[in-house]
Amino acid sequence: MVKAKEKRIITGKFTPGSGIKAALAGKPEEVVQEVIDSGLRGKGGAGFPAGLKWRFAANEKSDMKTIICNADEGEPGTFKDKYLLDNHPMKVLEGMAIAGYAIGADKGIIYLRGEYAYMLPSLEKNIEDIKKNVFSKLKVGKKKFEFDIKVRLGAGAYVCGEEFALIESLNGNRGEPRNKPPFPIQKGYLEKPTLVNNVETFATVSHIIEKGALWFGKFGTKSSKGTKLFSISGDVKYPGVYEFELGVKLRDVLELVGAENTKSVQVGGFSGINVTESSFDKTLAHGDLPAGGSIIVFNKDRDMLKVLKNILEFFEEESCGQCTPCREGAYQLLKGIKMIEKGEKSIRYYKDLCDLCATMKDSAKCGLGLSIPSPFLSITNNFKDEILYR
Amino acid sequence: MECRDGNLVSFVEGTVEKYGKGRENLLPVLREVNEEFGFVSGAAFIEISRVMDISIGEIHGVASFYSFINEEDRGKYVIRLCKTISCDMAGKEKIEKTFERELGIKFGESTKDGLFALDYANCMGLCDKAPAMLVNSQLYDSLTPESVLDIISECRRKI
Amino acid sequence: MSEMIKVNIDGIEVEVESGATVLSACEKAGVKVPVLCHHPDLNVAGVCRVCMVEIEGMGNLQASCAYPVTQPLTVKTKTNRVRKARRMNLDLVLAEHYGDCYTCPRNGNCELRTLADEYGVDKFKFPHVDKPRYAKDTKSFSIIRDQDKCIHCKRCIRTCIDMQKVNVYETANKGHDVEIQVALNKSIADVVCINCGQCVNRCPTGALWTQDVSDQVWEDIENPDLFVIMQTAPSPRAAIGEEFGYPPGTRVTKKLNAAMRRAGFDKVLDTNFAADLTIMEEGTELLERLHKVIVKKDKSVKIPMFTSCSPGWVKFIEHYYPDHLDHLSTCKSPQQMYGAVIKTYYAEKIGIDPSKIRTVALMPCSAKKYECNRPEMNASGYRDVDYGLTTREMAMMLKEAGLHLADMPTEEFDPVLGEGSGAGMIFGATGGVMEAAIRTVYELVTGRPVPFERLNITPVRGMEAIKEASLKLEKVKKEYKWLEGVELKIAVAHGTANAKILMDKLVDGTLDYHFIEVMACPGGCLGGGGQPIPTTPEIRKARANAIYQEDEEIEIRKSHENPLIQKLYKEFLGKPGSHKSHELLHTHYTKRGQYFVKD
Repeated sequence: MVKAKEKRIITGKFTPGSGIKAALAGKPEEVVQEVIDSGLRGKGGAGFPAGLKWRFAANEKSDMKTIICNADEGEPGTFKDKYLLDNHPMKVLEGMAIAGYAIGADKGIIYLRGEYAYMLPSLEKNIEDIKKNVFSKLKVGKKKFEFDIKVRLGAGAYVCGEEFALIESLNGNRGEPRNKPPFPIQKGYLEKPTLVNNVETFATVSHIIEKGALWFGKFGTKSSKGTKLFSISGDVKYPGVYEFELGVKLRDVLELVGAENTKSVQVGGFSGINVTESSFDKTLAHGDLPAGGSIIVFNKDRDMLKVLKNILEFFEEESCGQCTPCREGAYQLLKGIKMIEKGEKSIRYYKDLCDLCATMKDSAKCGLGLSIPSPFLSITNNFKDEILYR
Repeated sequence: MECRDGNLVSFVEGTVEKYGKGRENLLPVLREVNEEFGFVSGAAFIEISRVMDISIGEIHGVASFYSFINEEDRGKYVIRLCKTISCDMAGKEKIEKTFERELGIKFGESTKDGLFALDYANCMGLCDKAPAMLVNSQLYDSLTPESVLDIISECRRKI
Repeated sequence: MSEMIKVNIDGIEVEVESGATVLSACEKAGVKVPVLCHHPDLNVAGVCRVCMVEIEGMGNLQASCAYPVTQPLTVKTKTNRVRKARRMNLDLVLAEHYGDCYTCPRNGNCELRTLADEYGVDKFKFPHVDKPRYAKDTKSFSIIRDQDKCIHCKRCIRTCIDMQKVNVYETANKGHDVEIQVALNKSIADVVCINCGQCVNRCPTGALWTQDVSDQVWEDIENPDLFVIMQTAPSPRAAIGEEFGYPPGTRVTKKLNAAMRRAGFDKVLDTNFAADLTIMEEGTELLERLHKVIVKKDKSVKIPMFTSCSPGWVKFIEHYYPDHLDHLSTCKSPQQMYGAVIKTYYAEKIGIDPSKIRTVALMPCSAKKYECNRPEMNASGYRDVDYGLTTREMAMMLKEAGLHLADMPTEEFDPVLGEGSGAGMIFGATGGVMEAAIRTVYELVTGRPVPFERLNITPVRGMEAIKEASLKLEKVKKEYKWLEGVELKIAVAHGTANAKILMDKLVDGTLDYHFIEVMACPGGCLGGGGQPIPTTPEIRKARANAIYQEDEEIEIRKSHENPLIQKLYKEFLGKPGSHKSHELLHTHYTKRGQYFVKD
């Protein structure tokens, strides 16, 4: 059996300046094309093709565009962006500058989750350094290359990881997702075109532009190119951040991190799905298991009802609370499962809750509400006896 | 407000000057006021409203959205213990009990001396070093009942 | 005009402008889509998720109120998938709403209840709130809040912020703890609410209502020692029919007179009379101000002069522009002028001790309730106006008494101070006070009627946000020689968001007018916070038409030609702006807190 090996791209060696220099050697549209050709998907969880988003953003005409680095890593079980910002901040900053050049933006903002406030001084120093030592020495044609980056802190709101909620937060509002369209690339920060990508996406871009789309395309699967950082926690011997080639089998990952007596795995964080033994041979890649990067392992001793309630409590508190299906739906799922537990509702009520899930999945306003049914349905499906007939 | 706190007024004015009056600077301003005074008081809402020209309701609506902005004086050290699943599985309960016993209060309460407040928080990205918590804005991980006692002592010493 | 785009709604093809919502396309196709957070007057929220539709090519259902048409679309509104999602979201709203329908003021006119009916809700699918969780906020003279009925549609917030720029509401907290609060969770009486009641008119449920004084009015009617006098403003008369099933814009003035007499009011008078009185006083004040500014170069006198008959607007400027109160006309509103005259001159005429008189004003307005309770409003030596009743309360009183307008004969107002001119009538519509004032001022100055066909000053009519006009004063009468050649510049704004635009210009020093009419409510009084619910632009237009029609049918259409007004000055007040007028008909204003109410 082939064991999973860590494959280092994003966490590998990098010469500061090599990515942005390679970018400035070509035209902006060539940089966009390179990202498109690489097949890179956004690393935040939704997996939208990054290059396409860049092209849309580049095509917008505006006197001001903004690059936003989404460092509001809040998905439970995820801490890979923290790892990157702690250990490879220059790649992230450079990736933002490359994006700025590609779409025509000269300002970037890192929206850093409030919990990571401790990073602020070092991050600000890194920004000073890269501006002084790298950016200031570069030219676009005859003009000096300029790209400014500032850091803004969140203040404890999971939903701000949703790109529109994040933008609203930066705009000085409650972090409430907006109706789409218009999309952020059309109307975002200060109502101007805004490109939002995840920390890991920017770090990966620096490597792609340095070494080329062809090189990057050698890794991963047909529809999921490259590698991906995974944050692994729960019942494993070696929790931490790992970099795997996309398409890696879940079973191999579990083995490498020392998961024993595994009952189930929450893949893709709370908004991902719960899988058991029968799915361990599936791969972490677009179209198969969600490759958002959070893997939480539960061993045979864990009470899955308790896990489910923990997840639903999280959503009930962290919903932004504006749209009905998410605000009241998450609450009713939690309440319903507790009532079934206490025998206050017949197990037939479970069917009503499944119907509720169908509506939430179909009518919530943003990704948060749309994905709450995933853990609910997968956990209750996997552990019907344990949860409903205890 | 007839009687205005000069300290607060100058702090708010200074902070707004630092960031700018635009609406997009509201959250940083709220964060700094929260950091400086431990919470954003009714008087602070009024000052921010006056200086930034945003209605009080809108400012409070924003402040109340974010878990880390306190609206009352909870205590010098606001402890936020992560209750999300990885921390929960890694022994959050023991930590919880240690705090409650040592401080003589329940979660959601503050100590009478105004020193400590106990709260929960959701996932703070330390799942691989669970259980974890925040004391004000300082992260602590790999908590054990022993380390919790040390942290409490350290806080008490610092006053 | 932007590009037209084809949209297919359930097989019906329509064309809408690029950027229009799918919901508006549905309306155009005659397909009804249920809504709770959407309101035709307000910006998009897209939060209730009841208006979901299926759009071909989209993975999920979409909120039709929020989805812009930018390319040809095929939309389905009646599939099982759509039906189930709507019903489920409705079930969720019902679960968080304390639905004590029998005791709710919106019983029978509740949008949520109507939807529950239309969607055949026969049981609560989810555990629902069955006990009240909040204390009702009843401290304000005008607005009552029952948070238990709130369904988080945010219409009140959007009304208060976008339409009125008053901003007293907020969304607080997050997750399931989200609440719609008054700023910092205070009582609505303690914040900078202007009592316009526009939020009440747009609330889909009974979470917002106006203070109900009908019980006290009934008590007084039955009290044999008291003489209860009703004055009715023009706007309720153009709208109360809606409460009795008539289409908007149906005029029922004379039937209403009969119904109110049957309900027990001892006299029924016409507030239009007091509107004429307001024009006399305000017109005179305008000319006096202009004289002081133009001739005497008196810097202490402020121009432009703003009208002061909208108590919501008055409170708005008191809170938000306290340093510019000198620009407000010192004239009281018609309601308050009438109260003062009724308890002095009229009391003497009919030979009744004013201490035994109770004056009730039927108003389209929730702010009138606050206004009549202002401590300074006691020029007659008594409370000038005892009660302000909204159109809705009056309708309820009549229904309670079994008095249906359809069954009523037509009756005139009571004499002596009974009737007003057409100029008084149009006070109900935005631009109406301005038009009435100009009809009088122009004629006073030039000796000729205003140069508009049939006296209709059309530039100040209509629903445009801010209207402006100018009128050159030529061949003036001898005593107004100083006005010869002056171009009188006027403006009209309705809705305090529009008024704010003018006020900000005033603060900047770039506001170049002589006279400005402001009404707090969109459309003017006819769109007031005490009017029948619902309100839409179409309904307001229909009410305006009714008002302008009535003006044209009244023989006397200028305030100064009202013989009863002439008689009042001759017998009692002397002349407009006299000492007595000032005592009874003028008032002063109070600087109020910009954040909270200071007592």
